[in-house]
Amino acid sequence: MTSSAIAVSGLRKAYGDKVVLDGIDFDVAAGSVFSMLGPNGAGKTTTVNVLTTLLTADAGTVHVAGHDVATATKDVRAAIGVTGQFAAVDDLLTGRENLQLMADLKRLRSGDQTVTRLLERFDLVESADKMASTYSGGMRRKLDLAMTLVGNPQIIFLDEPTTGLDPRSRRTMWGIVRELVADGTTIFLTTQYLEEADQLADRIAVLNQGRLVAQGTADELKRQLPGTHVRLRFADPFELGEAARVFTDSTADEEELTLRVPSDGQSRSLRALLDRLDEHTLNAQEFSVHTPDLDDVFLALTENTGKDTSKDKEAIAR
Amino acid sequence: MSTVSTAFEDSAIMLRRNVKHTLRNPTTVFNAVLFPIVIMLMFVKVFGGAFSVGEHYIDYATPGLLVMAVSYGLGATATAVNDDMTKGIINRFKTMDVSRGAMLTGHVVVTTVRCLVACAAIIGVAFAMGFDPAASALDWLGVLGLFVLLAVGASWLTVAMGLAAKTAESAGLATVPLIMLPFLSSAFVPADTMGAGVKQFAEYQPFTPIIETLRGLLAGHPSGGDAIAALAWCLGFAVLGYVWALSTFKKRA
Repeated sequence: MTSSAIAVSGLRKAYGDKVVLDGIDFDVAAGSVFSMLGPNGAGKTTTVNVLTTLLTADAGTVHVAGHDVATATKDVRAAIGVTGQFAAVDDLLTGRENLQLMADLKRLRSGDQTVTRLLERFDLVESADKMASTYSGGMRRKLDLAMTLVGNPQIIFLDEPTTGLDPRSRRTMWGIVRELVADGTTIFLTTQYLEEADQLADRIAVLNQGRLVAQGTADELKRQLPGTHVRLRFADPFELGEAARVFTDSTADEEELTLRVPSDGQSRSLRALLDRLDEHTLNAQEFSVHTPDLDDVFLALTENTGKDTSKDKEAIAR
Repeated sequence: MSTVSTAFEDSAIMLRRNVKHTLRNPTTVFNAVLFPIVIMLMFVKVFGGAFSVGEHYIDYATPGLLVMAVSYGLGATATAVNDDMTKGIINRFKTMDVSRGAMLTGHVVVTTVRCLVACAAIIGVAFAMGFDPAASALDWLGVLGLFVLLAVGASWLTVAMGLAAKTAESAGLATVPLIMLPFLSSAFVPADTMGAGVKQFAEYQPFTPIIETLRGLLAGHPSGGDAIAALAWCLGFAVLGYVWALSTFKKRA
């Protein structure tokens, strides 16, 4: 239990009749980035709230930094830093004062230095002495994260840290996360952005309707889907039918007039495929190479239940 | 570090935060300190001449104005407490190893300090307008003690109201009765000059014994009966506010 930074087993949480977390289990190795991925309302924030002692679980055990969140709440709090979905900054204090407040509450001896370093690191020096209420959304986020980092917590929780950020600020945030990991910090990150999980996370867990529907590295998750293929769109059903006879291992979609041909996506095999189309005087109006990405995994895994599997796969192929 | 001294330091840190808030919010300073003085000038210079209270009006009105100074400072506290709860910063404090009550204590202390500043301003202006109390040093100490007790009690009650309110606006509104009550007490005119119904209300509402006690102390002849009722009300406010605030805080926190 103590070797992992976070160990969760059988975690359940319900609000009245509404089950939010329906028994989830996962482990986060120390010094790694763990990303919880899921659509809105999947239970990501509830998970973060239980892990950060804001909520108590109905059932299950949660250990954070080796401490049980239910019994050693204080020890857990001393080990973690949390940046929630909404910037938790004090509007009537300046950026510097916000950071100083954190340094004071954590009784840092060299608080001034920590504050100055963080202001520099987050590019907030110029606005350090302006009130946080005058900050832009991106600056508030940065200040929020900077406040979380005061005192170098071992484990950092980031609940959708880049939601609402422009692409540049998002990259800055990713850079910061990578630096933190390089320093040995463990990161628990929730996101709706698959690219973010793909970029940052060592392990990804997909949460849907209170259950973990998949767990693994980005590559492992991608492997769960049908492989790379070439998608051809034809002008009419006749041509589609002809093409389907030529490529015997392909699957045709009569409605969309598309043909899916398995391929490794390399230039040589693509040329061979195109040559065969020419030989049979077939012309595809559209041609695309499709490699499954996390978007496909996400959509496939969080597809609402009730459809049969073949249909799901078809949905992925599109 | 022991838990008590940790809690004390946390409260002091939160207090510094609240002091900065107060100083940066001109409305708070105006409502808490200047507005009671405006009321004072209005009553003493405008209406006071027409009231017959058996003594200099400034001597009669000052104790009531002191109570008024407490109630005018409360709205800002209710709003600030509610803001803390609704604007996300509370979640940051809760996930940190910060003693639970520190945030609330910070609000109570800053409100009390703000009341004391307002109280000093009122007394200063009163002297400038010819206030002539007969109180001994001990009586003054009594005035200070009761005033602080009232301020602390009312602050806890206000903190609880701020916690219980759904929005900052309704939190501010919840303190309006506390602002109205002094008008329906013996603050500006003796209760027995009031109409039936209002008179009984004025006699039995909490602010009247508190004002009468302050009045007695300032005039140099404190009355025991009022003092007991005044202390009971102030302690009642404090205990009720404290219990209510803590249970609401736990529920929302």
